[in-house]
Amino acid sequence: MRKVITGNHAAAYGAKLSRPGVIAAYPITPQTTVVEYIADFIADGELDCKFIKVESEHSAMSACISAQNTGVRSFTASSAHGLALMHEMLMWAAAARLPIVMVNINRAMGPPWSIWADHQDSIAQRDTGWMQIYCENNQEVLDTTIMSYRVSESSDILMPSMLTEDAFYLSHTVEPVDIPDQELVDEFLPSYEPRYKLDVDEPYGFGSLVMPDNFLEFRYLMAKAYDTAKERIVEVDREFEKTFGRSYGGLVEHYRTEDADYLLVASGTNSSTTREVVDQLRNEGEKVGMARVRVFRPFPVDDVRALAKGVKAIGVIDRTYTYGAFGPFYTEILAALYGQEERPLLKNYLVGIGGRDVRPRDIRDVYKNLVKVSREGLDEEMTWHGLVGPGGDA
Amino acid sequence: MGRFTIPTDEHMRSGHVACQGCGAAHAMRYALKAMGEDTIVSIPACCWAVIPGVWPNQNLKVPLLYTAFEVTGASISGIRAALDFQGKDDVQVMGWAGDGGTADIGIQALSGMVERGTNVIYVMYDNEAYMNTGIQRSSSTPVGAWTTTTPVGSTQFWEADEKKDMVDIMVAHKAPYVATASVAYPEDMIRKFQKAKTIHGPKFIQVYAPCPTGWRSDPSRTIELAKMAVSTHLWPLFEVDHGVYTINQKPQKTDFMAYVRMQGRFRHLPEDFLKDWERKMDARWETLLEKERFSKELEEKGLLPFPGPHE
Repeated sequence: MRKVITGNHAAAYGAKLSRPGVIAAYPITPQTTVVEYIADFIADGELDCKFIKVESEHSAMSACISAQNTGVRSFTASSAHGLALMHEMLMWAAAARLPIVMVNINRAMGPPWSIWADHQDSIAQRDTGWMQIYCENNQEVLDTTIMSYRVSESSDILMPSMLTEDAFYLSHTVEPVDIPDQELVDEFLPSYEPRYKLDVDEPYGFGSLVMPDNFLEFRYLMAKAYDTAKERIVEVDREFEKTFGRSYGGLVEHYRTEDADYLLVASGTNSSTTREVVDQLRNEGEKVGMARVRVFRPFPVDDVRALAKGVKAIGVIDRTYTYGAFGPFYTEILAALYGQEERPLLKNYLVGIGGRDVRPRDIRDVYKNLVKVSREGLDEEMTWHGLVGPGGDA
Repeated sequence: MGRFTIPTDEHMRSGHVACQGCGAAHAMRYALKAMGEDTIVSIPACCWAVIPGVWPNQNLKVPLLYTAFEVTGASISGIRAALDFQGKDDVQVMGWAGDGGTADIGIQALSGMVERGTNVIYVMYDNEAYMNTGIQRSSSTPVGAWTTTTPVGSTQFWEADEKKDMVDIMVAHKAPYVATASVAYPEDMIRKFQKAKTIHGPKFIQVYAPCPTGWRSDPSRTIELAKMAVSTHLWPLFEVDHGVYTINQKPQKTDFMAYVRMQGRFRHLPEDFLKDWERKMDARWETLLEKERFSKELEEKGLLPFPGPHE
């Protein structure tokens, strides 16, 4: 079935098709329509699920954790300040090894208040132990929801997944989306059957005090799970293609990178614009390609190293900045390439922060500058693209 | 025979790591006797996050989920929803939090849980301060008490604020069943838990649980101290069933000063302060008697009991 729907509607469909038994959520712009659609599904009898209308995002994640620990698949969605409020429990979910899946609508953090696209909210949750997948379009949002349960619930992974969609560019923009048949999804995603759960017939305690003699090992096991997840995400993406005819490149999508001299790295909806510009530049004879870093955690270190080979320069486009350092994707790529024999010139471009419109000409400017610094040497390591007014050039 | 109502079943193993004379340890033992083995317990940060023992040991025989400090209400909401989804309506869910985790940091999640009519039992074991972290005052600390954050210095810096009344707050939420209990009266306590199990919706039980470590009291006299709290009318045993108050014991009032003198946390208090506190407690007791009388009046008029949440 094909429908013209928003990213949030696609997320709601993705959740519905994954058959969660418990959903706990709290409204925040621009996530609200995700839970509204879910409420409609339940009201219309299309989804059999307990929906807890909690009094905060902190409680939303807490309720999901407890439900999942009781052996039931759970789902939630949030954004920005809501996600930040969940922070403590995001860590809890991951370290409790609960494969919860959530959708985060990437929105700027206040102050000043902003409801528009920005990656600071999810980047600030980088170290919580959640896998992070940055989606480019509405179809990917739906498909990744289903795939994320499959990856997260693998018995050798058992880590939660957060997929993200850019505020309004996806959350409130309609696109044609194929909605897979429930039977196919059921075949692809079996029911959730954890080995350990809260069960009066087999009582265990979960999360008790652990002395320093053992804590290290608990963390090491999480690290091993992340190693496995790197491979599993790629495998599941391929399997998804076999069943549904769509794939997203696993950890990193390579777009026209084969013989590229210059590489633009993008994530989220910035990558759609970059894709368009790459096509234009290719038509003009430029040897440029795009690497869309889809998965930020686990970070695709090997893919990045492979991509960097034979490239003259890499421009990393970030939609947020970490205070006192650089854009987060840039920092990761910089770290991945240090120590490599072949190291292309690397530059960071901050583009589209706080929902600033990212036009094809902005990406063209990035490319032009990248070629220039590649020839003439680096002018600055990081550029705040399009800066105007106080502190800016204009 | 038949005189004793305390079930002989034990759902708590020996070997826990509570302090000597810990009221909270008694409280769990009695609560589980009433709740039975088909119970899942959620415990936030509090003394009871440590009492069951260090991994991989666990002294409860029922499933136990440790959670973060402020989430008990949300946690048991999630467990209940999952059990209902699995069709396990017969399994009981019990949240087990201290006074800080309930009256302070956890009050939002608790309020939401009660407002949503969640079918669970929430227990606040009240040792009247943050005992697990080392005796810091909570909003449930009684006025006048010494704690490590209300120390007795050269200026009067002891606890200046009245103890927060969680029962009133829960009654205002229209929780179908709200009760106080005491580890000194296990039969009363167990009866209340057994009754709570039969009522659909959110149940709230506040258990008076002396803490010899924090109250600076004799560990061998925990039960005696808890009894005196009841007999001085400081900790009345009562229940509010769908809005209708019943005071379970109306003892002849005993010596308030004797209760105070058993605890080092009050030793600094001047006599006029204690007299004033006693007068306030007497007024609270009189108010409770009036609440009981008034709610019975409302019952006669058909205005109470209020209907419980939908099943």
